[in-house]
Amino acid sequence: MVGLEHYLGVAAALFVIGVFGIFLNRKNVIVILMSIELMLLSVNINLVAFSAYLGDIKGQIFTLFVLTVAAAEAAIGLAILVCFFRNRGTIAVEDVASLKG
Amino acid sequence: MTIADIAFFAFAFTVVAAALFVVISRNPVHSVLWLILAFLSSASMFVLLGAEFVAMLLVIVYVGAVAVLFLFVVMMLDVDFAALSAEMAKYVPIAALIGVILLMQLALVFGAWATADGVAVLDSPQATPEGTHNTAALGMVLYDQYFLLFQLAGLILLVAMIGAIVLTLRHREGIKRQDVLAQMYRDPAKSMELKDVKPGQGL
Repeated sequence: MVGLEHYLGVAAALFVIGVFGIFLNRKNVIVILMSIELMLLSVNINLVAFSAYLGDIKGQIFTLFVLTVAAAEAAIGLAILVCFFRNRGTIAVEDVASLKG
Repeated sequence: MTIADIAFFAFAFTVVAAALFVVISRNPVHSVLWLILAFLSSASMFVLLGAEFVAMLLVIVYVGAVAVLFLFVVMMLDVDFAALSAEMAKYVPIAALIGVILLMQLALVFGAWATADGVAVLDSPQATPEGTHNTAALGMVLYDQYFLLFQLAGLILLVAMIGAIVLTLRHREGIKRQDVLAQMYRDPAKSMELKDVKPGQGL
């Protein structure tokens, strides 16, 4: 019988994989953005699972808002990435040090 | 074990495996495709939970918009991705260490976790109140209790859209563009000249 714990376990695994991906792809901003999307997805799984197993629909409402913010974040992040690539010709995170002085 | 349980374990395994491949894949295009698989399987898990509207929204918004946006950007940028992921092996120990620490912390939380008094965890998922549809129930709550947040979410999307356009739009010099107003304000006196050409001569 699948219970709340199983869904929480999947969400925890997904979140840890997202953090793992951020540290693994230190240079590639695109994969870092994808890892952030994975972490937001794990949050959504948590919210929907709690919503379903506690019988309260508000968790699904909050999933909608998380989805909105995730979409906005992906759009802005990719726009900044394209802008940065035009100026510098690279997307390596280490090169983003113009303000370092 | 019912069919739904078997389906849950299949989808859960697919989500975790796809997420792992997103992270360790050398080619970003493959990463995006694995990301799409992860989103689709988690949408299936939402269907198993009974949250159909959120599941369909995940497919439309994430697979239809966000993942395709990623795909566009990956293919548009002329980057040597092989060089970027060449040093990946160097970061495996620190990344694995941080991942294991985080996993242990989550396991500790899970071991000490208890529900509050008066809160009952149901045996089977019930994402929708009795006697109504999931979408209808969501709409009743969203447009009633959370209307301000709903409007603010729309505002966030508007700001994101304007920001993305402002960031990526560039006016390049030396390109002929149509200027409608300039076309409309032209008059024959300024734009036309009548010459009296004599026979046998040029201008």
